[in-house]
Amino acid sequence: MPKPSLRRTCAALAAGTSLALALTACSGTTKNDVKNDNNAAATAGKADPHAVTKKGLTVGFLPKQVNNPYFTVADRGGEKALTGLGSTYKEVGPSSATDTAGQVSYVNTLTQQQVNGIAVSAQDPGALCTALKQAMKNGIKVVTYDSDTSPGCRNAFVSQASAEDLGRTEVRLLAQQIGYRGEIAILSAAQTATNQNTWIGYMKDELKDPTYRNVRLVKIAYGNDDAQQSFQQTQGLLQEHPDLKGIISPTTVGIKAAAQYLSGSKYRGKVRLTGLGTPDDLRKYVKNGTVDAFELWDPARLGDLAARTVVALASGQITGRAGETFQADGTTYTIGKDGVINLGKPTVFDAKNIDQFNF
Amino acid sequence: MSESLTRAVRWDTVVGALLVVLLLVSFGFVDGFGNALNLSFLIGNTLPIALIALPMTLLVVCGEIDLSVASTAGLSGAVLGRLWNEGMAIETIIPLCLLLGVVCGLVNGLLVTRLGLPSLAVTIGTLAAYRGIAQIVLGSDAVTDFPSSYLDFASGRLGTTFLPQAFLPFLVLLALAVVVLHATPFGRSLFAVGASEEAARFAGIRVRRTKLALFVATGFMSSLTGVFWALHYASARYDNATGLELSVVAAVLLGGIDFDGGKGTLGGAVAGVFLLGALQNVMSLLNVSAQSQTVVTGVLLVVSVLGPRVARRITVARVGRRASPTATS
Repeated sequence: MPKPSLRRTCAALAAGTSLALALTACSGTTKNDVKNDNNAAATAGKADPHAVTKKGLTVGFLPKQVNNPYFTVADRGGEKALTGLGSTYKEVGPSSATDTAGQVSYVNTLTQQQVNGIAVSAQDPGALCTALKQAMKNGIKVVTYDSDTSPGCRNAFVSQASAEDLGRTEVRLLAQQIGYRGEIAILSAAQTATNQNTWIGYMKDELKDPTYRNVRLVKIAYGNDDAQQSFQQTQGLLQEHPDLKGIISPTTVGIKAAAQYLSGSKYRGKVRLTGLGTPDDLRKYVKNGTVDAFELWDPARLGDLAARTVVALASGQITGRAGETFQADGTTYTIGKDGVINLGKPTVFDAKNIDQFNF
Repeated sequence: MSESLTRAVRWDTVVGALLVVLLLVSFGFVDGFGNALNLSFLIGNTLPIALIALPMTLLVVCGEIDLSVASTAGLSGAVLGRLWNEGMAIETIIPLCLLLGVVCGLVNGLLVTRLGLPSLAVTIGTLAAYRGIAQIVLGSDAVTDFPSSYLDFASGRLGTTFLPQAFLPFLVLLALAVVVLHATPFGRSLFAVGASEEAARFAGIRVRRTKLALFVATGFMSSLTGVFWALHYASARYDNATGLELSVVAAVLLGGIDFDGGKGTLGGAVAGVFLLGALQNVMSLLNVSAQSQTVVTGVLLVVSVLGPRVARRITVARVGRRASPTATS
């Protein structure tokens, strides 16, 4: 076989590329040409709210990551609900929270095993679409929980808490703790994190209320969900603003690092800290007086509702259309726009109740 | 033992037979294995490994290795996502990604052939470097909104058959690789280089240039795989295909390609790739956990390095007993 010299190969490559570029310069498919056709929740058939709840279904839970304490608690909530309803629970999932390919193949496996429903926490809003649509085509009911896909790729989304609720309640929680007076700061994750910024938007809006006229937001710091950076950012905040009265950290990594810093500094008990955290991370800081109260949704209830939603879908009680209602464990839930079902207000954890939770 | 029988028990034949046995058993006993949809999942998930295994086989045959393939694939996917976000046409982006793969391969090849560094060390270095660049290019973004015609091609199948649409281009590439390795002087020269570089050089083979060409081909196929991966899983992220290099190396070694170079067939490599792929599919259907699947892959890798050596020892011993000291294969 003839072997052209390196120089000749490079020249040929360059020529080929410029040709390709020239050919496609005027035409081609770009991001702007692609319309999102996944904007409406997938629905099929008519809902019969009085249909009998089916037994003997098999529902697969597919978390973002197996053996992650948060999902273990959520999925156990789902397992309990399914067992109680006379159905079968199984859990599969990748061991890494960024293994999108793994999640896709698990959806395929569940499709293959012909389960009746899938409850999935999507690592990525678009990547699972093809696989989930294929699952729905095979008659499988798909519910997302904790983390959604595009609405067209599932029947319903069980949302842990609305962004508005989370943002506003965190401000209320902190304002109470500091007596509605003083400087406060926010310790967020990445500057580009969409969910964080949505929450912070609602926090700022809540602060406009006259109730908080003596509360002043002086800075938003970014710890990039890195323990060490969040720790340093907390330290920086307190050096920069010695009169700081409180910090809101709407990220589990951030709040833990901030608690760690405050706990070991002279500010312990003087500067209030709240935000989103897990009871296991913050138990010792609640006990030693660094943190009064913080919040998060209860993942077990999230998994429970996801399981009940799958069963209601499979039983034909709902189809995922806005306005439909169904009973889950005594509570009536209404399906909102785009098939979103809200779990309800976040759970507040403090010294009184923290020992009842284990995640 | 007759000559033909000795040839028949070569390791790659054994792997091929194992694949056939596994498929037959699975068809018979594993629920949901035999239908067209599942087989298309199986082949679709295995294609990325198969695509890179083609040039990797040639590379290992001539005594080198490239561990940066998965990072190159990840980089190519990251660039695909970034340029797509920038609003460039996908018909332009894909050739650019492939060109980028060629450049990555060229860097590996030049470091190995011009500086005389061992390819294992060089490509462990570029494994980290290319992945790092991928992260700089795309950050922690996930780009998913590619045109549906491309997504459908990468994840769809031919009608209701079990063949993924992307399988046909693979067959063409496979045929090309088989012809190059087993039916051209260039292919023969790879075996010669792998067996003894010095001897090959004295025989007039341009060793460096041969190796450089293979590294470039590997880079090209890795970036092609990166593009396929991003479209197949509808997700361009910097950490796409992480760890794929181990699956490729495992599959190639399992297929009987000697890690020291000079021995192996593409048939064996492809059988190795699909044996691993089918095993993984069956284990998933049987609800074997991801962790246990990794253990099985690891054990297979060890067996595949040991197996051919043991097989060769036995052959050598048998031949030796028949007092013919020269024949060893």
